[in-house]
Amino acid sequence: MSCTVLLTLLSHWKRRPFQFLTLVLGLALATALWSGVQAINAEARKSYDDAASVLGGETTLSDKTGRVISNETFVALRQNGWLVSPVVDGWVFGTDGRVRILGIDPLTMSRLNPAGTAMAEVEIFEFMGDDGLILAAPATARRLTNFAPRVRSVEGIAPGLAIMDIASAQTLAGIEGISRLTLLPNQPFRQTLLDEVAPELVRRSPETADDLARLTDSFHLNLTAFGLLSFVVGLFIVNGAVGLAFEQRRPVFRTLRAIGVTPGHLVSLLVLELIFFAFFAGGLGIGLGYIVAAALLPDVAATLRGLYGANVEGTLTLSPTWWLSGLAIAVLGAALAAATSLLQVARLNPLATAHPRAWARASSRTMRMQLSLAGIATLVALVAGVFGSNLMSGFTLLGGLLIAAALTLPTALSGLLNLGERLSGSGPLVEWFWADTRQQLPGLSLALMALLLALAANIGVSTMVGSFRLTFTGWLDQRLASEVYIGAENENQIDALIAFVTPRVDAVLPIWHTDADILGAPGEIYGVVDHPTYRQNWPLIVASPDVWDGIGRNEGALINEQLSRRENLSPGDILHMPGDWTTTIAGVYSDYGNPLGQVILPLQTLISRYPQVDRTDFGLRLDPEGVPGLRDALTEEFGLAPENIVDQASLKAFSLGIFERTFAVSAALNVLTLSVAAVAILTSLLTLAALRLPQLAPVWAIGLPRQTLARIEFFRALVLAFLTFILAVPVGLVLAWVLLSVINVEAFGWKLPMYLFPADWIWLLALSLLTAGLAGLWPARQLAKRPPADLIRVFVHER
Amino acid sequence: MVLTVTSVEKRFGKVSILNGVSLTLAAGEAVALTGESGSGKSTLLHMIAGLEPMDAGEITINGKALENLRDAERATLRRENIGIIFQQFNLIPSLTVAQNLSFQARLTGRSVDIDALASSLGLTEHLAKYPEQLSGGQQQRVAIGRAVAASPKLILADEPTGNLDEATGDAVFDLLVTAAHDKGAALLIVTHSNRLASRADRRLHLRHGHFQ
Repeated sequence: MSCTVLLTLLSHWKRRPFQFLTLVLGLALATALWSGVQAINAEARKSYDDAASVLGGETTLSDKTGRVISNETFVALRQNGWLVSPVVDGWVFGTDGRVRILGIDPLTMSRLNPAGTAMAEVEIFEFMGDDGLILAAPATARRLTNFAPRVRSVEGIAPGLAIMDIASAQTLAGIEGISRLTLLPNQPFRQTLLDEVAPELVRRSPETADDLARLTDSFHLNLTAFGLLSFVVGLFIVNGAVGLAFEQRRPVFRTLRAIGVTPGHLVSLLVLELIFFAFFAGGLGIGLGYIVAAALLPDVAATLRGLYGANVEGTLTLSPTWWLSGLAIAVLGAALAAATSLLQVARLNPLATAHPRAWARASSRTMRMQLSLAGIATLVALVAGVFGSNLMSGFTLLGGLLIAAALTLPTALSGLLNLGERLSGSGPLVEWFWADTRQQLPGLSLALMALLLALAANIGVSTMVGSFRLTFTGWLDQRLASEVYIGAENENQIDALIAFVTPRVDAVLPIWHTDADILGAPGEIYGVVDHPTYRQNWPLIVASPDVWDGIGRNEGALINEQLSRRENLSPGDILHMPGDWTTTIAGVYSDYGNPLGQVILPLQTLISRYPQVDRTDFGLRLDPEGVPGLRDALTEEFGLAPENIVDQASLKAFSLGIFERTFAVSAALNVLTLSVAAVAILTSLLTLAALRLPQLAPVWAIGLPRQTLARIEFFRALVLAFLTFILAVPVGLVLAWVLLSVINVEAFGWKLPMYLFPADWIWLLALSLLTAGLAGLWPARQLAKRPPADLIRVFVHER
Repeated sequence: MVLTVTSVEKRFGKVSILNGVSLTLAAGEAVALTGESGSGKSTLLHMIAGLEPMDAGEITINGKALENLRDAERATLRRENIGIIFQQFNLIPSLTVAQNLSFQARLTGRSVDIDALASSLGLTEHLAKYPEQLSGGQQQRVAIGRAVAASPKLILADEPTGNLDEATGDAVFDLLVTAAHDKGAALLIVTHSNRLASRADRRLHLRHGHFQ
């Protein structure tokens, strides 16, 4: 019997292939964007694990103040029973930016170190020495073609990392010493205390992938949020298709119940049908997800490298877990989308008469329920906003507000339609237009909710990105005030370089710095001189009145906004610096794009407290017209590589390039979400078009030509899209505010001013009208061209 | 003559439904059209309304030949000259009773005394309701009201009592005939009921594509 009943249920889809297509498309799109994002996140997580295992998988010894360790200290430790292996950690310039290098000593290195696996691929004599082999993953090796003869591709090395002999790394990175010493396992029982041999060193626990993951959490959460949004929008399509199929099959269900099929049996078979569809659509969705992930991954990798310094391989390797979780999410999505309909089937009264207008009749009750749920969602959002203080609470606030907005939409639209009816003139067609549009709301509300979410997300994200771009551009103008930035190739070159440029420029501004742990987290310490360039340009958010005078007197420190927010520090507070000394905070400056805490000290303080500071970088102030001449002179005199002489315009272009690439992924996901919403509108209008005939046929019979009806139907789609857009604007702006003032602060540690971009909204309005117009055009055209016999059939079939 | 049907033919595939049917209707005249299921009664009615094309013959309404009119012109002719009533009422579900009653009349730019019309139809208490809130008989009264409110020259009723019980059907039939008489409109009413058909001014029986 089950087989017969199942075939009866399935026969519905054979007669309505478009509805079947809608269901599969919705589920496939929902699964695709969700599983695509998950694939990207999984790939990034795998890369973080690989990097952590190679770069910091062992306990290390490093200098307390961040200086390099001398060869003498290394020898002394070995002589005193410490089994340590030296590592040099630095950067070199590849063909498209910096590549991290890791110099190792193959003779003392632990066999358990993952770098040893890479070593197994080559002969040790080829590897050793300062002109030995450079080992890198294939993608990284392609970025190192400037070292071509020495580079060897080896699978399994963390992305963005090159492994070489320590001597080679010291030469290439210009490091005279050892970055850290790794402690080998199974240390001898008898060894001299560390404080006696090398009191300047400190033991550090292994880094874990979590450190990098924590840093990039906000980015991945952002991707996940987009994936979830697209998933929800896709489910709206599925819910619409399943709901419609239920309404159309209601007589079949009633008949089946009447001839003895139990509610449980009927629901079980419908669940079976749904699982079949979920597997089919889920499979398609996973395939689409792979394509989406593969297309987005290069941009994601570039973003993670540019914004966080995290290296992610640009190619996908997918695990069976991903495939299975993709299918599971498809089944879960189908179950969520069909839950209400299945419940209705379970409660179906076989004697109840068919009610083609069930949706409409239930609309006021549904709207009340939706408003109640919206109230709850708003409450949850407010609680998260007021009491929460982490990224998850920020996203809860965001999610709550979006859900509340979506659930309020039908009521708000109904109100706007009432207003429209009052404001427009009277007349039978006008009255019918507004009344009929209102009646269609329940059937279209899910698609319109999807459109609202997509439009609001678009407005919110584009406002956030636009505000960020404006702020970032202005900030770059302030921060990059010097006309040229130069970097000496090594410390020996510095004095000669300064002597050479000083008579040729207006000012030489040292940009000297060192890396150190600041208040327990990795950070940077810079030194500056008191110069009008800083007084006029430095982007201070808050500062004591005589901030630059203090710097001039060699007093106080400036900190970046990230550090200020993280540690709740403000001007006047005492800052505990690495090396056990303190200073007073004189000001806080904005420092967009930097994930690390940063301190700026007067230059003399920096040099006296941290003598090993990197002194190779300078900013030069001069007439911009003199930049090309100076560049040529520097190249001729010192043979500086192009990347060591960067003019302001190039640096700004480079920074803006990173910025644009950072948000390329958001933009792509934004477009994809909007596309899914467009599909939702299209499928809803097309499926409803069939149901509309009984409502349109009497009006046609009374004497309204089909072409007029078609124009009205088309106009109706535009009006609904327009009203949804009007409501999406405030929702999008609230979303932007939450992103700028809550999520950004939690995720990156900086707050951004919000700017409005009405021109973008006009484009978006045009786009949504185009979407709705196209979606409405097909049914309208069908109606205009529909043979009268089809409309006649409405009257005949009702007999 | 309000309506002239001359030698109208209609085929569905190889099956001939109407085979040279002719009839005329004068103003104020009520004609009942009977026949077995599938005899072509509704098809003839739809062709007269310009809802369905004919294969041969000529239909003239108020002096205008349908076959010379384009789709939009037929719609205008229908709107201004014909009131149509269907078995399933086919009211506009999104409009109130008052709005449904006045809909066609207002489309043609005619004013309607809704209160008087509703009173004559016994619908005064239901003007603010929506069609789904009414019984079948009440809905059919609204359909009649909508058809006659526009003061059409011709009223076409396709089994208007088919969904109603006998008592309600009788009342609705009488109401329809009276309303048509009052407006001076020609009425062509399709029915299966010989009893009701006998109450019309004239009766036409359709069989094998011909009037008998």
